[in-house]
Amino acid sequence: MLDPSKFLADPSAVNVAAAAQSEVALGDPKVIARDVNVWYGDKQGLKSVSIDIRSRSVTAFIGPSGCGKSTFLRCFNRMNDTIEGARVDGTILLDGRSIYDPDLDVVELRARVGMVFQKPNPFPKSIYENIAYGPRIHGLARNKSDLAQIVETSLQKAGLWDEVKDRLNDPGTGLSGGQQQRLCIARAIAVSPEVILMDEPCSALDPIATARIEELIDELRANYTIIIVTHSMQQAARVSQRTAFFHLGVLVEEGPTETIFTNPSDKRTLDYITGRFG
Amino acid sequence: MTVATDIAATGFESTDKVRASLARRHAAEKRFRLIGLVAILLGLGFVAILFASILAKGLPAFWQSNIRLTINLDPAIIKISPPPQQQEGQSNAAHQAELLAWRGELASLNWGRLIENALIAELPSDAAQRRRDVSRLVTSGERFKLRDLVAANPNLIGSTVDVDLLADANVDVWVKGNIDRTLPDAQLPLNPVQRNYVAVLQEKGLLVQRFASGLFVNVDSRSSLASAGLAGAFIGSLYMMLIVIVLAVPVGVAAAVYLEEFATKNRLTDLIEININNLAAVPSIVFGLLGAAVFINWLRLPLSAPLVGGLVLTLMTLPTIIIATRATLRAIPPSIRQAAIGLGASRVQTITHHLLPLAIPGILTGAIIGVAQALGETAPLLLIGMSAFVASVPVTPLDQSTALPVQIYLWQGNELRNFFEARTSAAIIVLLALMVMLNGLAIFLRRRFEKRW
Repeated sequence: MLDPSKFLADPSAVNVAAAAQSEVALGDPKVIARDVNVWYGDKQGLKSVSIDIRSRSVTAFIGPSGCGKSTFLRCFNRMNDTIEGARVDGTILLDGRSIYDPDLDVVELRARVGMVFQKPNPFPKSIYENIAYGPRIHGLARNKSDLAQIVETSLQKAGLWDEVKDRLNDPGTGLSGGQQQRLCIARAIAVSPEVILMDEPCSALDPIATARIEELIDELRANYTIIIVTHSMQQAARVSQRTAFFHLGVLVEEGPTETIFTNPSDKRTLDYITGRFG
Repeated sequence: MTVATDIAATGFESTDKVRASLARRHAAEKRFRLIGLVAILLGLGFVAILFASILAKGLPAFWQSNIRLTINLDPAIIKISPPPQQQEGQSNAAHQAELLAWRGELASLNWGRLIENALIAELPSDAAQRRRDVSRLVTSGERFKLRDLVAANPNLIGSTVDVDLLADANVDVWVKGNIDRTLPDAQLPLNPVQRNYVAVLQEKGLLVQRFASGLFVNVDSRSSLASAGLAGAFIGSLYMMLIVIVLAVPVGVAAAVYLEEFATKNRLTDLIEININNLAAVPSIVFGLLGAAVFINWLRLPLSAPLVGGLVLTLMTLPTIIIATRATLRAIPPSIRQAAIGLGASRVQTITHHLLPLAIPGILTGAIIGVAQALGETAPLLLIGMSAFVASVPVTPLDQSTALPVQIYLWQGNELRNFFEARTSAAIIVLLALMVMLNGLAIFLRRRFEKRW
């Protein structure tokens, strides 16, 4: 359902949404980060960040470009490992267990912590193959019909099933931008992750497609822990229960979304949300 | 004057300036385009001249002068007992030995005389006294054709057969007019009597132009020039190509994948990268020297063998394939890598499931261009003994052999210029056709496997 009020930048809409969200009981900490530092070569991208991410809720990371929010997001599934010259230290616990635990394979971690990227990036394969790939490499399906079931459920959860059920063998790259992004979300869901990381998932999409994704994020909250990086403060206000504001590699302030947007305790947060910089 | 008119005035002024400069800029653009066009036309012109000259010279060599003769397989000349039959109780080995002895006897018979007799029957009466001149009308290798005919069917002895026999190279040159006929007798390869005989044969319609299948099925020859062919060189080149494909493609692709996807970027990998790029620019003859030193002097592999040639060409092709594969891998959008890794695919899974399938068109193109380059390479092969005269088709890659480009080089230097100029061009056409086919294959495979993302 499209709710026109979600498109409004006007603060009263934010307040209404935030007030509604404040009633939602937030879960226990799913992910705990303590003193996380990230270096790119000699440059420190992230300075001693600590945060608790609640389960079955949406946490938004906001802040101006280059503030370290995407860098921090990529720590949770160790995507920073793949970047040449990147170095991470500090503690990150998933369900109380370090993600750098030698017993926890990075492959397993990434199966438990899925990711959706800024630009929709379906594989140049069929829609079916896009979804089936993850379950297949992790051996989640016992047989073909099992796999087909996973594909269908994932597409349904991502709200894409009705649009693509008759053309599952068409290339995934032939879909529209919004559909491609939902395909990527379905692909992430297909491996049954516990946490889904979203790195500006709507920045390449038009407003209609954006609304559709935001609605989807709201639905997914019931089953998954979601962390979303966004440039749009309205989006953060619309979809998240908690918001963290980053500036120059530092976590300035973190708290319930309505508090951050209505009564921030730090002046930098206030300046940012009122549009004085960023 | 108000501020507004001031701005307007300067506005007009600058418009005039822009207009004034427009003519200059348009002229410059036209000049630039013209230079480009001239460059392209010049390039195309040279290519056209090259092809036209090769085709004009080479195409006639695909048809060759044959003399149609009715040959009497005279038992008085072919004095031989019937071929041995396997007796009851005789071992296979003993029978084979007998058969071999019979074949040996067959080979020692005077087949040339049969051809002479058949020619004399067609020529003026003085020919019987000029057997020497007559025998040189048909190229010497053709007598083996008769021998093979009889060996295959011994019942033919005593009967007559109609055969087309390749005329001597000099006859072919004379008939095709590839020689200045006004030269003094001493400088002409055919004496007046032979020239008269050729005229007689032509008049009788016995001298015909036939497709030169010998060019493809015969090996090189120095005693029977008209039947010299490319078969040995072709098979030698084929072996080398196979060796290059089998060795260079997997090794090159694996090296490129390792360097691109696994190796950490440090001084050592930088050094390796620079060296690979430089290796691609090393003159090919240096690879020949390396091959001679390592494969022949040190590993004691046989001289002139396609195996050694293939190994040398593999070394030469590797940088091409590595560079092409790395460029292709680098061109794959990082989003594909991220998508796979984000889903929990391991590095190897990311490479084999996503990167390599996307890189296949590029890898194939690089590999085929590398192989085509290797196919046309001559210099390194000269240094490992492949410029030797080899008159046999290599059975294994360890047998002595030559290669297509080397064969072209050898023919190009043959003393019988008038005959081999055309033959060389014909060989070049065969080589070029092979190249065009390989490039066509590259384009086809590229289209077939290309995927958009």
